[in-house]
Formats: sequence, C-alpha cells, structure tokens
Amino acid sequence: MPNDNPIVQLTGVSKHFSGTRALEGVDFSCSPGTIHGILGENGAGKSTLIKILSGVLQPDAGTVQVGGKTVRFSTPEQAVASGIVCIFQELSLVPDLSVADNIFIAAPPRKFGLIDRRAQHRRAEELLARIKCEDVDPNSLVRELSLSRRQMVEIAKALGKNPKVLILDEATSALTSRDVETVYGLLADLRADGVASLFISHRMHEIDKLCDMLSVFRNGQHIETFAKGAHSEGEIVKLMIGREVTAHYPPKPAPTPKPDYLKIEKLAWEGQLKGIDLSIGKGEIVGLGGLDGQGQKELLLGLFGVLRGLQGEVAILDRACRPSSPAEAKGDAMRIALVPEDRKTEGLMLAMSIADNLLAASFGRITDGPFINGEKARQAVTEGIAKLQIKVASPDDIVSTLSGGNQQKVVIAKWLMTDPDLILLNDPTRGIDVGTKQEIYKLIRELADRGKTILLYSSDYAELIGCCDRVAVMYDGEIVAKLSGDAITEEAIVAASLNVGTQAHVTASGAHHG
Amino acid sequence: MVEVRSAAATNVRQNLAFYGAVALLVALYLVYNMLHPRGFSAAVLIQNSNESVAIVFLAMAQTVPVLLGGLDLSVGAIMTLANCIASEVVHGSPLQIVLGMILTLASGTAFGLVNGLIVVYGRLQPIIATLATGAVAVGLALFIRPVPGGNVDDDISWALTNDLYEFVATYGFFNADAAWFQPVAWIPVPLLIVVVIAFGVWLPFKRTVTGRTIYAVGSAEGAAYMSGLPINRAKIAAFTLAGFFAACAGLYLAIQTSSGNADITQAGAYTLNSIAAVVVGGTSLLGGVGGAIGSLVGALILRVISFYFRIVSIDPLLQPLVEGLVLLVAVSLGAFRTLRVKNQLNLFR
Repeated sequence: MPNDNPIVQLTGVSKHFSGTRALEGVDFSCSPGTIHGILGENGAGKSTLIKILSGVLQPDAGTVQVGGKTVRFSTPEQAVASGIVCIFQELSLVPDLSVADNIFIAAPPRKFGLIDRRAQHRRAEELLARIKCEDVDPNSLVRELSLSRRQMVEIAKALGKNPKVLILDEATSALTSRDVETVYGLLADLRADGVASLFISHRMHEIDKLCDMLSVFRNGQHIETFAKGAHSEGEIVKLMIGREVTAHYPPKPAPTPKPDYLKIEKLAWEGQLKGIDLSIGKGEIVGLGGLDGQGQKELLLGLFGVLRGLQGEVAILDRACRPSSPAEAKGDAMRIALVPEDRKTEGLMLAMSIADNLLAASFGRITDGPFINGEKARQAVTEGIAKLQIKVASPDDIVSTLSGGNQQKVVIAKWLMTDPDLILLNDPTRGIDVGTKQEIYKLIRELADRGKTILLYSSDYAELIGCCDRVAVMYDGEIVAKLSGDAITEEAIVAASLNVGTQAHVTASGAHHG
Repeated sequence: MVEVRSAAATNVRQNLAFYGAVALLVALYLVYNMLHPRGFSAAVLIQNSNESVAIVFLAMAQTVPVLLGGLDLSVGAIMTLANCIASEVVHGSPLQIVLGMILTLASGTAFGLVNGLIVVYGRLQPIIATLATGAVAVGLALFIRPVPGGNVDDDISWALTNDLYEFVATYGFFNADAAWFQPVAWIPVPLLIVVVIAFGVWLPFKRTVTGRTIYAVGSAEGAAYMSGLPINRAKIAAFTLAGFFAACAGLYLAIQTSSGNADITQAGAYTLNSIAAVVVGGTSLLGGVGGAIGSLVGALILRVISFYFRIVSIDPLLQPLVEGLVLLVAVSLGAFRTLRVKNQLNLFR
C-alpha cells in the first residue's frame, strides 16, 4: 500500500495545553500522490495536528519526519521551506494589500532587490487562471473581494509556494459550488503530480468523492486510517463518537407543551444565516448543535442586536423583537442576555475587578441618579457571588486571577443580574472543569424551571443530549434537523451535523414539534 | 487601452483619500496664489517651500510607524537633536560640510534604530517607548546646544534655500545663465530636495519585502505572521526610517535658520502636527493603509492653510481653531467605513 514511502510521518506526537491534552501519542503518515481525508468531531485534535505540521505549534513529544528526515519547525516559514503548505481556516490574507501582493507576500519576484511588480502581476494572473479565477483582478484589494473569492486567492497563494504537501483545513467551506468543482479538479491534478493533499472537511460527500485514504481522530488520538470504501458512513460516524458520557446532568422534566415565547421566522444574514425558523417555548431549553462555524454564533449575535442588515422576523410573545444593539436587547422591553463565546474578549474586562465585571451589564439597577450607590453595588455583588457560588477571595480582586470556570461563572452571574427572560448561551462550558460544568447544567435547568427561555449553543454533543429539551442542528447557515425527546442521540446529532442521512431521517421526526 | 484605464480606475478607487487630498491641496494653493498680491511668483513659491520642508519630512517620518499601527512621539525630538548636531558640524571645507551632513543624518537614523530595537526587543508599546526616547533626544540636544545659536556654512544656507539658479551660481557648477538651464532655473531647491528624498527613498522602500511587511503588520499582524513575514525586521526598519526622515527635517531646519535650537515646545508641536498631517494625507491610524507621499500632501495642506492667515484679514488668533476644524472634517471623511460594517463586533477588531 502507499504507506511504503510516506512523505510525512508522525511518530508518538503529543501536545498539551495547560493540562488538557490536544494530541496524545499520534502516529500518522501520508504518501505522495494521495488525497488523504481527516475526520473528527470538534476538539478531536485535527487543528492541533495541522498546526504542528505547518510550524505554528511545536509538539511536546514525538517526532515529525518529512521525506524521511526528522524536522522540527519553529515557524510557518520553515514548514513552507520543506514543502508543507497549509491553507488555513482563518484566512491568512492581509486585507489592505492587493491580491497579487498577497499571493507572493513572503517571496515576491524581485529585480535589483526590489519587488518586480510587473512579474508579480503576471505570475499572479497565471496562478489565478490555473484555478479559473480570471475574473479576479490582481490589483484589487483583498478586502474588496467576497469570502469565496478570498478563499480562492488563499488557494492561489498556497499553489504559488509549490507545495509537496498541501493541507486544506475546511478550505472549501466558504466556496461557491463552481469554485468547489475547480478545487476538486486542481486536487486531482496535484495528485497526478505526486503532491500529497491532507483534506479536512466536515462535508461527508466531499470526502467521499475526493479522498483515497481516510483517517479518523477522536479525543486527540488517531483512531484508524483506512482506504476509502473500507467503512460505511454509519461506521465512520461511530468511529468518530466512540466515547462515554461522563458528566452528570440534572433530570429533565417530562415534556409538556409550552406556549411559544420566542419565534424566529426566515431569519437570514449575509449568506451566513439562510432562513432560520425556530420557536422556543417559555421555560424550555433548546440546544443548537452542529459543527463549529455553521452559523450558530451568528444566530445568537443576531438575536442580541449585534448584526446589521438582518432579514426575517423575530418576535417575543408576538411582539416584534429586533434590537439594534446589545444595550437595547438587554433593556426592559426585551430582556435578553447573551453569554458570549469568548469570555476573554467579549465576556469580561480582564484587567478590571470581579465586582466591576459583575456590575457591568446592570448599572441601571444600582445607581441613584447619575451616581453609583456603593451600598446597592456591594449588595448586588454579594448576591451574584453567592448565587453562583463563585470562589473569590475578595470581589475587588482582578477577574483574570480567577480560574477559567470561575471566570465563566462571573460572566453568567453578570447577565443573571439583569434579570433576563431570554438567555442565549454560546458554548458556556468550553474550557472549564467538570465540577463547574455540572453546576452550570444545574443552574440552566433551574432557570428554565423558573420560566426563563434558554437557547444554548454547545460544541459538546453530550451536553446537548444531557441538558436540552429539544435540539436544532445547524449546517451551512440552516437548521437541518430538529430533535426532541428520545430522538436526541449522539448518532443523530453527529449525522445531522455532517448533513448525511444515516439514521438521522428517522429520528428527525421531532422536527414537526417546532 | 481598456486595461490601462481600468487599472487606473482601480488605483483611484483604492486611493480615494490620497487623491482627494491632492485635489484639496491644488485647489487651496491656486486660490491662495490668486488672493496673494504677488501670487504665482517664484519668490512666493520659494518662501512657501522653505517653510514647508521640515513638517513635510516629519510627516513622512511619522507615516512609517503609523502604517505599523503605532505612533512615534519622538520624531519632533529627533528633528531637534539633528538640528543641534547640524549646527555644530555643518561648516568648514566642502568635505567637512558633506561629512557633517552625513553625520547628522546618521545620528537621527541611529536614534530611530534604537527606538525600533526598544519596541521589538523591549516589547514596549511604540507610543510610550518613543515618549521616553523623545525626552532623551531633547535632553541630548540641550546638552549639545544649551543656548540657541551655532554655525552653519553661509553658502550652503543660501544655495539650498533658494532656486536652482542661485544653487548653481553659488557653487559655479556651470554658467547659470546658460539658455538651456532657464526653463528649470526657477525651481526652488527645497522642493527638489523633498521630491528627491520622497521618491528616491520612500517609493523604493515600499517595494521591498520589508516595506510590504510594514503594511501587512498594520493590516493584520496575525496573517502576516502566518504568512512567514519578517515582522521584527519590519518594525525595526519602520522606526529607523522614521529616524532618517526626522533627521532630514532637522538638518534642513539648521540650514534654513543657520542655527540650532533645542526648543522643547517646538519639538512637541511638530510631533503633533506630523500626526495631523499623516491623517489628512489619508493614512489610517489603525495602520496598513496610506503612505508617505500622502503625508507629504497632508503636511502641505496644513501649511497652506496657515499661509492664508497672512493674506486674509482674519485674526491670527483664530488659526488654531480653523486648523482644528479642518482636521476634524478630514478625519470624519475616513469614518464612513464604519457605516458599512455588518457585524458590529467587528468594529472593535
């Protein structure tokens, strides 16, 4: 088999981030002239693997060999010099430079030591023609291009480096279908030239169509590598899950019909939300599932008034609810709270005290006229800390001194202080310890029991199963499955997330509910 | 033809701020000459050029760190330091004069290099690092020249602050009355110096990988890193180049005034005006967009506005107020970008 002469070989590679393991003893290899698909859930270690290969991260243990030689890349440049070129998920283009400048950014053609703009322009045109993007003007700035075109420029940039190993990390996710076909053709050409392509995608049919070999990752470990066709789709989904649910969840109440509280109809935004229909009852917990970046975050931001140019209807108790800013969303008319995705930038002001952070969203409640009432503030802070049992030495400590779990509790407590009726949670348990996670699950259920309406996005399927009354799975800006009751299983969620029809169609009968 | 035209259209669209500034400058200066009793004369042009050189160089100096997304608060101070050094060394034999000018430019450049090293390896924010080094530069200038004065060669002073005719006549390179020389004899030397440095230093620099890295860092430092660009080298080069341009300003100031003056107030005012000129010239304070030629134009706009106060009967006390209003208008034109942002969170990134 092709593994006789691998171009890239990893032996026993491990990587840990502050206690959590991202990769554990991974052995992996791929051969020239193949297209190798890599599969895994969120957090399975795919991104870490790619970052190690492309020189962004260094492994804690193990060796990486390229073409039989052991290498240790400390920068992306060194990886490129060895012929490993990565097309990143977060684009590596500079928005204020031209397309041609970006394609040859690190190694432009030069004349007398200066960049030869004419040659650069010509070669950029050649590369763009190779990926059938003749309509892109090499002189236009990257920020003027659409997302799909930018992605194609990114691919042209990678091709310009003459890769021996080309890594495509979700590189087709933003492309139009015409461009996807072009990329398929390109990958086939590269395979004929002996280039190895590592293809990471969440679209099962793409992997099925393109790849010769498949590798499945799970929990930072390499599970299995096999030739295409060796396993059915259903078997692959099982390989990707294969773990036990360890956390304990509070018992769910018996499903009772609840009056609609929030009603979303045909909500669309900038091609990232494509007509969302969803209703949530008062006191209900609805989970949002799916792989990262399918529009879940945008849906929550849209409801919270962060996005401009939303189309469609949103109503709370039949009253239109279209806040123009978070300030309006949290106001008395709507009473919405959003616990944001990134607590370090959007949730907390890291350099300020715990007390200041707790009060940040609810100054209206603790002021007398224009002045903050110190006594009310202290009382509110004490209540907030007690309610979530945040472990603090003093409320005046800087919030960044707390552990991740306690920081997240501060964010949640801050929003509960505003006494919201609709609570939007964006992956609230990411990166925090199991104990705190369980407290948060319990809290979410208590809030629902008290009549709060909750929309919870989680990248952890187990959490959706354990916590939610219903689950809506998103794929490519749409809700592709609505599951409820016993139909919420890991298999159904994973299958819907990949938009493949294993057992999902059967169990998706819950879709009629909402 | 069509292709050339569309390339030109792309260029104009991408540099609207710059071309807008150029149009504004041309309009302002034409009107100024019409109102001036001796408008459109060589004498007015020479005088105006002389008075603009220092701020033009300083604006170009400020541009480079701003493109990175930083600010250099030491440019005025480096100019003052170079001014004082020049007042000590630019005299004597022709060789001594040339060496003195090189020494002046080299000291400013070296000071900029130190700024860059401190920012990169000291991991300080440019604004605070240069606030400190700026104070050091003024201190050194005071040490060199505790009281204003100095000795700058009279011939070079005369030759470099007049038109080309006087320049040639002073040094007798050839017969300055020669018929072929007359069409260019009226050009002011200061204007020529600015053009030569701007186009001979800045434009080639912009076409190096280091130069382009400066734009990339200011636009998206993460993408620049992921693309394997020499980020540290670019930062050091940016501050070094700023030091060089600031030294050009200081050297010219010494030649123009025939003296050196370690004036702390002047250093600060020049620094702040350089920031204003950069913004008026279309360079974004967030970095990544703009260029030194734009700042050259921006500095000239600010200068021309101040010239107006000499010929129009407005109370000169109103000058700061009017300049402030002009700056506000110029800056608010740049804010239209924010109206197009769809995800309001992106406004903060």
